[in-house]
Amino acid sequence: MRIKEHPILEFNPGKKIKFTLDGKEYEGYEGEPIASALVAAGIKVLSRSIKYQRPRGFFCAIGKCSACLMKVNGIPNIRTCVTKLEEGMRVETQKGKGDFN
Amino acid sequence: MKKTDIAIIGGGPAGLSAAIYAASLGAKITLIDDGLELGGQLIKQTHKFFGSEKQFAGIRGIDIAKKMIQDIKKYDNIEVIANATATGYYEDEVITIVQGVNGDILKKLKADRIIVATGATENMLPFINNDLPGVYGAGAVQTLMNLYGVVPGNNILMVGAGNIGLIVSYQLLQAGIQVAAIVEALPKIGGYLVHASKIRRLGVPIYTSHSLKEVYGTDCVEKAVISEINNNFEFIPGTEKELQVDTICLAIGLSPFSDLLWQAGCQMKYIPELGGYVALRDDNMKSSLKNIYIAGDVAGIEEASSAMLEGQIAGLNAATSLGYKCDNFIKLNKSLKAELKELRANPLSEKVKIGIEKALIKEGRD
Repeated sequence: MRIKEHPILEFNPGKKIKFTLDGKEYEGYEGEPIASALVAAGIKVLSRSIKYQRPRGFFCAIGKCSACLMKVNGIPNIRTCVTKLEEGMRVETQKGKGDFN
Repeated sequence: MKKTDIAIIGGGPAGLSAAIYAASLGAKITLIDDGLELGGQLIKQTHKFFGSEKQFAGIRGIDIAKKMIQDIKKYDNIEVIANATATGYYEDEVITIVQGVNGDILKKLKADRIIVATGATENMLPFINNDLPGVYGAGAVQTLMNLYGVVPGNNILMVGAGNIGLIVSYQLLQAGIQVAAIVEALPKIGGYLVHASKIRRLGVPIYTSHSLKEVYGTDCVEKAVISEINNNFEFIPGTEKELQVDTICLAIGLSPFSDLLWQAGCQMKYIPELGGYVALRDDNMKSSLKNIYIAGDVAGIEEASSAMLEGQIAGLNAATSLGYKCDNFIKLNKSLKAELKELRANPLSEKVKIGIEKALIKEGRD
């Protein structure tokens, strides 16, 4: 969900673009972090932990906690909270350490 | 290899102030910042600042950031290396920098002086299922809603009634998001009462001497259990309350982000009043190493107004130590320190003042 009205802030998002998560199409704004577009789309689980496959979600937003590591365009371990969303990006939920397959 | 007079690590309030001050004296500055945008935490602060007029009191954090970023652009002698992390500092005064989101560019930089203004990281709280999606740090909640206009959750439990907990709760309400309650482990509210009253008037209960015991949920937070705690911070059985929340926001304090100072070999000390391990420093913000200065939260958890002043002091002293002229240096240095002292002349700063006294290197002072 996105904030519709705000007493102080005015949001001027970029162009609306399409991307996919695990093959399913979603919409986000160009230039916002991938993880923020996912949260706005109601996605909570971004990755699964290495040992017990516990769900991991958006946590620190500054690229430090590693909870949002995902596979983007085939490359694993991308910090999606500090990586900008681009048209047509292929985003995948990462399991464990991630792989290139 | 690239050379610079002063490398400033961190482009938040302290780092930006240091850059502007030192650049105004003519020093060549390289500012390294790891954010998507410059400004550190300022770019998400929608509230008006307290503190001294010279340090932007009455102005919103987001507008202070805009002004400082504009000022930075005016100087040809400031180079910004954005989206980059300083990963190490070596004996021959070389800093290694990894740039790009995927860390694919490695740079080296030789600097005569370094100002470390790396800020802080958020503290974590141990409770059952604290790794579930829906548990956020307060900074992340601010980023989502104030920077990108994204709703972090529908019903929030705020943990911590210090200034960050109170301000972020108010910001959530402003964005039309429900705040179920605020819990505070201490017997009284830590932040400014003016913020607390505003939130209470809007119907949000603040439970003091309470903490978060556990959260439930399959793939994300669905429910939270809070409980009263005694003076030893132990849960009191039978006082549990269940809250139907989908989001936990942790605002339980910050720790100085001092890895680089450890690695560089600065003399470090654990000072609880300053939030953890900090580098010892003199009153010009110089660490135990002659070429390393510190400023802002990394020197002790405080607030943006004091971070800006510390940045100015560090910038001024680092530049003059390299021989850059400042006609009224002594007077200026004194007046910045006086301003900082005045800013700390309130009961909420008592702890910080005790901490700074413990962190101060007094030898060689005039």
